[in-house]
Amino acid sequence: MVATMTIGERQVALAISIFVALCGVVLAAASGSDPLLVHGIIIVLAGVAGVFIILRDYYAPEPGPERLSRYYDEPIKAGIIAALAWAIVGMFIGDWVAWLLAYPDLTFDAAWSTFGRLRPIHTTGVIFGFGGNALIATSFHVMQRTSRARLPDQLTPWFVLAGYNLFCILAVTGYPMGITQSKEYAEPEWYADIWLVIVWVVYFVLYLRTLARRKEPHIYVANWYYLAFILVVAMLHIVNNLALPVSLGSAKSYSFFSGVQDAMVQWWYGHNAVAFFLTAGFLGMLYYYLPKRAGRPIYSYRMSIIGFWGITFFYVWVGSHHLHYTALPLWVQTLGMTFSVMLLVPSWIAAANALLTLNGAWHKVRDDATLRFMMVAAVLYGLSTFEGSFLAIRPVNSLSHYTDWTVAHVHAGTLGWNSMIIFGAIYYLVPQLWGRQRMYSAALVETHFWLAVAGLVVYVFAMWNSGITQGLMWRTYNESGTLAYSFVDSLVAMHPYYIARAIGGLMFLVATVIGVYNVWMTIRSVPAAEGRPVADQPASLPAGEAAAPARG
Amino acid sequence: MGVIERDPHTGHGTTGHEWNGIKELNTRVPWPVWTFLILTFGFSVVWWILMPAWPLGTTYSKGLLGVDVRQVVSASLKSAAEERAAWTSQIDQKDYAAIQADDALMKDVRATGHALFGDNCAACHGLAARGGPGFPNLTDHDWLWGGTPEAISETIRVGVNSEDPDSRVSQMPPWGSNGALDRPSLLAVVSYVHSLSHPGAGADAAQLAAGKEVFAKNCAACHGPEAKGNPEVGAPDLTDDTWLYGGDLQSIYTTVYGGREGHMPTWQARLSDTERKILTLYVLDIGKSAP
Repeated sequence: MVATMTIGERQVALAISIFVALCGVVLAAASGSDPLLVHGIIIVLAGVAGVFIILRDYYAPEPGPERLSRYYDEPIKAGIIAALAWAIVGMFIGDWVAWLLAYPDLTFDAAWSTFGRLRPIHTTGVIFGFGGNALIATSFHVMQRTSRARLPDQLTPWFVLAGYNLFCILAVTGYPMGITQSKEYAEPEWYADIWLVIVWVVYFVLYLRTLARRKEPHIYVANWYYLAFILVVAMLHIVNNLALPVSLGSAKSYSFFSGVQDAMVQWWYGHNAVAFFLTAGFLGMLYYYLPKRAGRPIYSYRMSIIGFWGITFFYVWVGSHHLHYTALPLWVQTLGMTFSVMLLVPSWIAAANALLTLNGAWHKVRDDATLRFMMVAAVLYGLSTFEGSFLAIRPVNSLSHYTDWTVAHVHAGTLGWNSMIIFGAIYYLVPQLWGRQRMYSAALVETHFWLAVAGLVVYVFAMWNSGITQGLMWRTYNESGTLAYSFVDSLVAMHPYYIARAIGGLMFLVATVIGVYNVWMTIRSVPAAEGRPVADQPASLPAGEAAAPARG
Repeated sequence: MGVIERDPHTGHGTTGHEWNGIKELNTRVPWPVWTFLILTFGFSVVWWILMPAWPLGTTYSKGLLGVDVRQVVSASLKSAAEERAAWTSQIDQKDYAAIQADDALMKDVRATGHALFGDNCAACHGLAARGGPGFPNLTDHDWLWGGTPEAISETIRVGVNSEDPDSRVSQMPPWGSNGALDRPSLLAVVSYVHSLSHPGAGADAAQLAAGKEVFAKNCAACHGPEAKGNPEVGAPDLTDDTWLYGGDLQSIYTTVYGGREGHMPTWQARLSDTERKILTLYVLDIGKSAP
């Protein structure tokens, strides 16, 4: 990676690494016996590692100007590998806590292994580690291809990627020590949050710089979505994490908000993390890789427009549907519910547009597991957005809220939609980026697909059954006019479903491990393709345009 | 600007844009999309008119139905209480024996007691009320603080070693960890206590005699000269098979060495008089059906 940078970039990278290490020293020195000490040390180590990596290749020859006629794909490769590593960590912890729910004694009497501390490692690992790295990597790929422009420099993408992963590491190492803001999906504390703001703003500017250098007259739909994802996530992250640290030497901070306002801000954040992290960004992915793999034009540009503006406008209103029947005023609940209902059609337009794009390519869906991953992703996206709007209706929510139905809904989305589109994109990208003829084993891609689908079905059906059973047990009255079941009764009824869920999750985890093995073997042992597909490089532009060197 | 082409499969024209090989068709939006957009928007508008919906400065639009969730909840709680009053008023008025004799009323006690017990008592006593190490079995007819309805009801009300001013107080002092008894005396009294419930366990006769002497001097004050216990201070009968912390030699030694001080919370502030009365009846009832 360092060899691809200019000398000036290496110097800046060195300065940033030293600065990060110094920040770590300051935090560690101020921390005393606070668990912040561990994080100070981790930050120092990250900075020092950066210094070593840069110094190792510091005197390597500078890349020549011919680099500017090719896309800059090195950080994309690193992002894909990081995403796969996080997938294994996040899904492994996920299945661990699934077994923990079925057998609560599995904590070994230790504080770090309790459900409350392990569960955020799972959510952060899969959403931010796996999903986030996949989003960053594919966004680098898609924005270069659809803008016909190389990334503006060689340093910024590495800063975004490395900085983002440092944030993820700080997050997941903090939870076992009990460092948390107790805000779902926003658990990391103030120093990690500030660091992410810096990284994210740099990411946003990087995206705009690349778009500004584009050589296409129009901006492709995928970029609308990626840009909405980056912009809105920045906004959400900053507002929800406004907090005052106890001191510079303490990991603990207190939120700017309290009471029902805190709950509202948190779920405005929480739902839009789903909307803009797990939906908008991933629709960007879908809009590029699905038509590419299918070799079909997007079915309808007009549907793209309605879908995009509907999704981005309505989604930001719906967070309050997480707080039905709470202290939140009814009028806010009404808005959350009605906007969720109005969101349904724009969401379905996006899914329908993807599936209609496949018309004329269904034989490819049958034969090509990679495309089938993307097709299933679009179907599950449609199903889970329908379920989401349905669950947001107050009377439905009174049955489903606080039950495993919510868990079923979330995993239909994350396993069925997010993971499937990521793996589809990865199977499409890996042979191309590493210049291989094909994936190591097409049979293993098939195995991954079917095992993942089977695991998804087992998981989701177990949680649907469990959730609806739970919800009904909690509201059943007996003839005496009192609740028929105690909470423990409902737990006993959940037990078989919890085991089934853990098995479904295990199947999905094993499928992922198979996928990672396949990617690993593709990189290591599949023979190189005869040069890269030329069509995928800016060098192949029509004569005249090709001669114009990229700025930068 | 690119050239508008016609897609051979669908027959629709493209927009003329192309990005790295991706083209878009300019297909018209299908009619179901407009239909369902209008339906969902229409539903929302109607809902906004009927229900509280939009913020208006310091207030909000109240909606034509005038729904207020606080009133809805209060009203439904009130009507639920009224419905239940048919039998709960009888629980309040009748004495224990009369309720126990009333089959219809006991059916309500069982149905309601199950959920009350599960949500409040089962965490320690277990869902089937059979207890566990340190938590008494409530179905074995053996009561530390007395098994009459009045005694059980009082235990639930004030708890054991709780913060309630009327709390039942019980303490088994430590005899070994603070040096009150030397080791031979400890071992002797443990053997003696063990022999009370395990006659013929084959302990040394001289040691049993020594243990009996230690017992009379130190333990009899609470457990009684015959070791039959005393419900006034929650001291257990040591001659039966019921053991709160285990009846094997090692467990008895641990108990005598380090002492015990169990805890049961007071339920006075958390459960109503009626609910505690139902729980008392429920606990007695499940004991009756237990072997």
